[in-house]
Amino acid sequence: MKPTEIKKDIYWLGAVEWNLKDFHSYTHSDKGTSYNAYLIKDEKNVLIDSLEKEYKEKLFCGLAQTLKGEKLHYLVVNHIEPDHAGVLTELVEKYQPEKIFCSPMADKNLASFCPKKDTWPIVVTPTGTNVSIGKRSLTFVEARMLHWPDNMATYCPEEKMLFSNDAFGQNYASSKCYIDEVGREVIEPSLARYYGNIILPYSAMVLKILPAIAALDIDMICPAHGLIWRGEDCQYALDKYQEYAEQKPTKKAVIVYSTIWHTTEKMAEAIASGLHEAGVEAKIMDAKIYNPTEIMCEVMNSGGVIFGAPTHNNGILPQMGGVLTYLKGLRPQNKLGFCFGSYGWSGESIAVLEEWMQKMNIESFPLETPLKIQNSSNHEILKKCLETGKAFGEELSKRVDSLK
Amino acid sequence: MEKYTCDICGYEYDPKTGDTANDVAANTAFKDVPESWVCPICNAGKDSFSEA
Repeated sequence: MKPTEIKKDIYWLGAVEWNLKDFHSYTHSDKGTSYNAYLIKDEKNVLIDSLEKEYKEKLFCGLAQTLKGEKLHYLVVNHIEPDHAGVLTELVEKYQPEKIFCSPMADKNLASFCPKKDTWPIVVTPTGTNVSIGKRSLTFVEARMLHWPDNMATYCPEEKMLFSNDAFGQNYASSKCYIDEVGREVIEPSLARYYGNIILPYSAMVLKILPAIAALDIDMICPAHGLIWRGEDCQYALDKYQEYAEQKPTKKAVIVYSTIWHTTEKMAEAIASGLHEAGVEAKIMDAKIYNPTEIMCEVMNSGGVIFGAPTHNNGILPQMGGVLTYLKGLRPQNKLGFCFGSYGWSGESIAVLEEWMQKMNIESFPLETPLKIQNSSNHEILKKCLETGKAFGEELSKRVDSLK
Repeated sequence: MEKYTCDICGYEYDPKTGDTANDVAANTAFKDVPESWVCPICNAGKDSFSEA
């Protein structure tokens, strides 16, 4: 997509990745993504962030079209990760900027990506630092651990614009520029997917930083991925982040399982029936079929998290192990759960799952006896699965209602 | 008892509240927090903390 003027003399310079599915090798995008850099033309021309190295020529071309021969005076490095600072060294060499603004943590860690950094005109900008660029100014707000230590946001008070980098970003490829051209309800799943799979472990930091952002007068939030929030949609984005970060329990439960001869699967279905009877929406996800990103989206939305697995070689199946590793790292909070499974002769899987659940700080819903079946399913235990699902659903509902 | 801040992520350890989710009781001075304790936000060790 060509550079787009988003306010007078302020340009989006980005690259849209229509075909991207694998985002940074750890999360799956169902809607592509974009990398967004922004140019502000003033007495000092400022480029906020850059792009992935692959898009160096595109960025240089966009800068040539918008600068029209003028100098690029300042660079802002809101984040040092290669999808936003991948062209930084080449930019510095080509444009020889007068100043490069970055957070204290970026100053500390940038040289590990850009070995020539110590020869650059770096200006470290702790929270509150204000820099005049002519008619406008820039104020920097550190956003540590949203999602790396170096993350920072850049605020332009004269334009009421927040350049938020990864915060409020969405992996969403579009020929449009603004959220309101697509519809915020259409974008919300992508906002949640990004948050749940990238920002979630740092929710405590989000809750700390959000009031400082909410106190700013904002009518445009320009993230480094996806589309731009403007007008009333800005408050919507802030409210959604507050909601995601609080992780209040919901009347939903997700059953994540793996299966060999479908016994564990039948147990999952019986549990789901019980949840349904208790008025709790259930989702069943086979760890071999769904990717960990999709599973995480459901876990984030669910007050109940239930794991099932057959015993295989005295442990659990590898797909399930991978999903659990991934979920644990994202540290979901305020979940209630239990475990179940089938086995052939030894039956270690439930204990393995329970250990994972404990490490993930998921509160264990007490069961009278373990929900386990040897080999093929039997009606007695499936009935118990249904009853357990129902009792679990009732407890979850009670907890959700007590928060109202 | 002084507060301590994580140099990596900015998490603040407040001895008044401790870190009960990770077995550090309220009213535990930072010097008495176990050496095996890590920052609950970014996993940095105790040596990455400075007095606030």
